[in-house]
Amino acid sequence: MSKLPVTESDLHAYVDGALAEARRAEVEAYVASHPEDAERVAAYRQQNAALRALYDPVLDESVPERIGVRRPRGAGPTLRYAAVVAWIALGGVIGWHLQAYRTGAAPEPVGWARQAAIAHATYSPEVRHPVEVPAEQETHLVNWLSKRLGTKVKVPYLGEIGYALVGGRLLPGDSGPVAQFMYQDTKGQRLTLYLRTNRDDTRETAFRFAQENNVGVFYWIDRNLGYALSGEIDKQELLRVATTVYRQLNP
Amino acid sequence: MSDYEPRIEQHIPRLRRYARALTGERTAADDLVQDTLERAWVKLRLWRPGSDLRAWLFTVMHNVYVNQVRARVSQPPMIHDDEAAYLPDRPRQSDMLEVRDLDVALKGLPEEQREVLLLVALEQLSYDEAARVLGIPIGTVMSRLSRARERLRRIMAGMPEGAGLRIIK
Repeated sequence: MSKLPVTESDLHAYVDGALAEARRAEVEAYVASHPEDAERVAAYRQQNAALRALYDPVLDESVPERIGVRRPRGAGPTLRYAAVVAWIALGGVIGWHLQAYRTGAAPEPVGWARQAAIAHATYSPEVRHPVEVPAEQETHLVNWLSKRLGTKVKVPYLGEIGYALVGGRLLPGDSGPVAQFMYQDTKGQRLTLYLRTNRDDTRETAFRFAQENNVGVFYWIDRNLGYALSGEIDKQELLRVATTVYRQLNP
Repeated sequence: MSDYEPRIEQHIPRLRRYARALTGERTAADDLVQDTLERAWVKLRLWRPGSDLRAWLFTVMHNVYVNQVRARVSQPPMIHDDEAAYLPDRPRQSDMLEVRDLDVALKGLPEEQREVLLLVALEQLSYDEAARVLGIPIGTVMSRLSRARERLRRIMAGMPEGAGLRIIK
């Protein structure tokens, strides 16, 4: 039986009871023959106990009245309340700025969102060459696009809501290379996610919606990247996917 | 959606415990808890159903706390480097006194070390959970935990810091 050397991390995992039984026994034997480490282990255990002794009483205090989840004001019956809550929670992600969406008339996309819609219209009907790098080589795809965009990109996983990754490609953008990921559902309906590096000072924006012919686009900026999700599907469905994408990128 | 309210509220006592240890003050701690709850409520959409709500609430609290600490730029700087010495000004005579000194000694830790130590030792999160809550690699959790514990041990024992710390690889 070959024993691994005992590391600093092992000592802490030993203190916290986080080691598997076999390893625990090995570390215990090591500690028994190393007085200095034994002293540290004992001190760290005492710290754990002292911290709980000092702060556990907080658990039994009655919670001050000012502490609590704030109910939205003016909430009526349960159903309406639920709707209000759902809307507010959604607002956390998309803001209350879906002006275009609410008034019904979607504006035409401008700038990079339009580029995204055009790229969608160009590549999504492709039968033989929809992507440059297929989903089977996802790691390569991510590394390659991260390198070309000069920032780490992530591919959202949309399998849970019925969209599988087809793959991705590199495209020219107005301010450097951009990436396009393509997804499709079991009926072959395709969505594309367009990523560009964000050079403005804007750190974050709400979701915005625009429409170019039949292609709907939800786009937003999150830190150093701008995202545009395009598809020829119902706005609600596209919003649902966009929300999932956002959540995947901000776990 | 409405049943999230009791689900969040059941975690309030633990959020208060962590906040109390983190800030060292009752009022500041409860302010932090309230800010966390408000932010969590707005960001609830970002929580993935099925994942650990408590860990997610700690994540929200961490983000709120970091922003608050950053906002305190005009206040005297915290101790940032590991070399800065902190010595208790009186000997300890009883266990009670020692526990109270722990409160003070905790403040001698840099923020990021204190957070890791409290999540692991007090809240008993796994190293993996702590890494996710703080948004740092697990190796960073381990090194901060190691530094925090050793620093705290030296403060409590009235030992000078820096000397004699042996990290075995």
